[in-house]
Amino acid sequence: MTDVAKGSATANQPGLNRADYNGSKSTFCNGCGHNAIANVIVGAAYDLSLDMTRVAKFSGIGCSSKSPTYFLGRSHGINGLHGRMPSLATGATTVNSDLIAIGVSGDGDTGSIGLGQFKHLLRRNVDMVYIIMNNGVYGLTKGQLSATADLGQKLKHKGVNELPPLDLCLEAIMAGCGFVARSFAGDPRQLQELLKAAFSHRGTAVLNVISPCVSFNNGEGSTKSYSWGKEHDLPLHEINFLPMDHEEIRADYEPGTVREVELHDGSVIRLKKTGKEYDPTDRMGAVTLLEEERNGKVFTTGLLYVNEGRQAFAEHEMLVVTPLVKLPDEKLRPSKEALEKINAKYR
Amino acid sequence: MSVAVSNADPPATVGPGRGGVVNDFSITVATVNGSGSQTANNTLLRAIHKMGVPVSGKNIFPSNIQGLPTWFTIRVNRDGFLARCDETRILVAMNRATIQEDVRTLEPGGICLYPGEEEPVARRDDVTYYPMPVNELVQQSGAETRLRPYVANMVYVGTLAYLLGIGLAEIEEALAYNLNGKEKAVALNLGVAKAAYQRAAAQMAKTDPFRVERMDKTEGTFLITGNSAAALGAVFGGVQFVGWYPITPATSIVDNLSEYLPELRCDGEGRATYSIVQTEDELAAIGMVVGAGWAGARSMTSTSGPGLSLMAEFAGYSYFAEIPAVIWDVQRMGPATGLPTRVAQGDLLAAYTLGHGDGRHVCLIPASIAECFEFGGSALDLAERLQTLVIVLSDLDLGTNLWPARPFEYPDKPLDRGKVLSAEDLTRLNGAWQRYADADGDGIGYRTLPGTGHPAAGYFTRGTGHDEAAAYSERPEVWAANLARLAKKHDHARSIVPGPVTELTAHAEVGLVSYGSNDLAVQEARALLEGTGVPTSYLRVRALPLEQSLVEFIGNHERVYVVENNLDGQMHQLVQLHAPAVAGRLVSIAKCDGLPLTATWISGSVLAHEAKEKA
Repeated sequence: MTDVAKGSATANQPGLNRADYNGSKSTFCNGCGHNAIANVIVGAAYDLSLDMTRVAKFSGIGCSSKSPTYFLGRSHGINGLHGRMPSLATGATTVNSDLIAIGVSGDGDTGSIGLGQFKHLLRRNVDMVYIIMNNGVYGLTKGQLSATADLGQKLKHKGVNELPPLDLCLEAIMAGCGFVARSFAGDPRQLQELLKAAFSHRGTAVLNVISPCVSFNNGEGSTKSYSWGKEHDLPLHEINFLPMDHEEIRADYEPGTVREVELHDGSVIRLKKTGKEYDPTDRMGAVTLLEEERNGKVFTTGLLYVNEGRQAFAEHEMLVVTPLVKLPDEKLRPSKEALEKINAKYR
Repeated sequence: MSVAVSNADPPATVGPGRGGVVNDFSITVATVNGSGSQTANNTLLRAIHKMGVPVSGKNIFPSNIQGLPTWFTIRVNRDGFLARCDETRILVAMNRATIQEDVRTLEPGGICLYPGEEEPVARRDDVTYYPMPVNELVQQSGAETRLRPYVANMVYVGTLAYLLGIGLAEIEEALAYNLNGKEKAVALNLGVAKAAYQRAAAQMAKTDPFRVERMDKTEGTFLITGNSAAALGAVFGGVQFVGWYPITPATSIVDNLSEYLPELRCDGEGRATYSIVQTEDELAAIGMVVGAGWAGARSMTSTSGPGLSLMAEFAGYSYFAEIPAVIWDVQRMGPATGLPTRVAQGDLLAAYTLGHGDGRHVCLIPASIAECFEFGGSALDLAERLQTLVIVLSDLDLGTNLWPARPFEYPDKPLDRGKVLSAEDLTRLNGAWQRYADADGDGIGYRTLPGTGHPAAGYFTRGTGHDEAAAYSERPEVWAANLARLAKKHDHARSIVPGPVTELTAHAEVGLVSYGSNDLAVQEARALLEGTGVPTSYLRVRALPLEQSLVEFIGNHERVYVVENNLDGQMHQLVQLHAPAVAGRLVSIAKCDGLPLTATWISGSVLAHEAKEKA
């Protein structure tokens, strides 16, 4: 792995180079999976010509949560408290529905201290992309087991993990999330397509990305290591994201090998079958798959579950169309007559 | 002992001309909670108020839904002293479980109304007893079984109306008001109250001296809770986001917001210019408020002690990352779960320093309905102006009991949105700006909001060390400079928060310092002290940080008593730190027993200390 890549010289739709989507220089360890993911975020934003002045970056605490400074440097960002990123994002996106929200968290931040806020964010279906940089270990505090560590996992200084892991994809599906994907920092192509699709989802899109920690959890046998990921990565499908204004591309596919899922804004996820039959719109199918994998230590990646049917949180709040923060002050203070009526009522 | 049951003597024969006690007594209604006595008590309160007589009510209730004892005290006072008072002269003993103890608390010469079917166990010779035919009147009312416990309370309303001379017209108006004009309910309740009135008129011989007589002292005023006023203040102060978690006694702030905002802040299609989110806990409540504040919305939450503790980490974050947010802390008894339905002012120190490391928060301390309304809006202004957390310290007494108030005054100043740079500003500045630079010398930087639409608008907000340009930094001098600027900002806050209210008495040696809901008791205590030859001056603190005139006030008096409703003397401690040169003049008068302070306790405490001084 390398640090977040230098940009290409080619400009995209708003006339920006890939480098314009970079952030500041990464301070992650050399080879950290998080750098690869930050790089993918830059790539996806560039591909989508994402308006950085509308993007709001959110994170909690931990190695993962440092990453928002390493991408989209022109955007606003807020590095909040440990496990509390969901509430910050809920507040900010509710009062400004124009924001394009992207949150980055880790397995400690999401799976332990922030599990409650994570579940409630999904229950509300707050409109944002939620990336979990999952390495099964606490990096910034030097190598404690996290709640996603494998049963029986050995860590050099911490001994053997005796507790079963939480599967954050399963948690997301059970909480009502309508876009749940698993990917691998070692497969940036797949991740980038998933991420691009995630921006078009209506509500919270969760990307649980296995992101090896080269300092504390990259040993042999660890399911969060590069070598294990490379050997076991079993993509459910080959994924391509076609943005909403895409031109109709009619490639010749064998019947039954391609499935298209249309997202809320008209964009399309094209899934090409790679192995066994899988229906990402089947919630119980996704649950079954994840439950079966729990024991077999299989590492399936791709779009596990998608459902565009739920309204995003801000939609069922029935707010005015103008984002609340852009309302003029006169819309915020009722009239003098209204106060006189209230005074009269209490008399 | 005298039991007065006869056909003789309508109460009008006892009046002020014949040595009656007119418009100066307190009533305690002892009931079981969950029995619906609130409507009955509020009806009495409003009816007396409508007769032009100053009146207040305090609900002293358990943390329970149904079945435990509860007391409601009504203070009638022609001079307008409406703090809780220690003495009860009239007892309505509806709770069999507490009747013995309740009768014991009556002042000599007091009266006791009780359900006649249940003989009071504790008979006293110096108390007049009035049995009420509660069961009989309830049965006659034809009320459905499930409603009977509720209408039973109307028996004491009607009986008291007869005994004290409260107008039936006022009772009817008050019932209609409290039952939201629901005709059937009003008719049923009023029927029972009237039947009780007539029965009392026919059978009770009034032998006690207590009477309510019409005055004109409540003209133009009404009764309302501090939490209602706070919510209305926020509505007219332009609140845009509310994140909250239920907790006694703060919940009714949001109940009121949920009542008024849909009515007052929706467009023609019923779409809202605000959002209220009930969260999973207080951590999320303050998190959403800080997130919304960061994004540029006027945001608030309401909570009480335990919730405030949970908000500590975000409080420190808001201070250091400089994000506007407002917490209404309606204080209750602590530590721990404490007494959740009883009052105290014990969160003062915790609120002021909430969070870890250095940092102090601006706190506003309302003492009246008018100030609850005012601070409902000005807390949002101050938070945006100072880009920081503002905590409003109300309490259960002010927040949830009915207090007299003048009609709310429409805010005369526009909303203060603080220092926010727009895309146009950034173009004018050629994109050159620094988030945490002290450009104006008041310690407050300029901020941009996410979504500003200018390539130079973005910056990164963090709780970690940062320099003026908001970049991460661990350099000692950067950290020190940033904290120094934050301290400077806090000093600037001193000059813009609501100043103290001071009443000076010429040549007074004694000064009183207090705050919040103690105000009425302190004012009454001053009258009592004056009566015993101890004139006092009074300074009521309305905000933290404390300011200079307080130091001068202390310097101008020989002894200054800091009066408050917590055991540790928390304001006393802050005042000592604020005015070390004159701290020797300060005396702490502090108490915490779950009840609002009384004037007799305050004046007694001051006199006891004065006697020691003079000895």
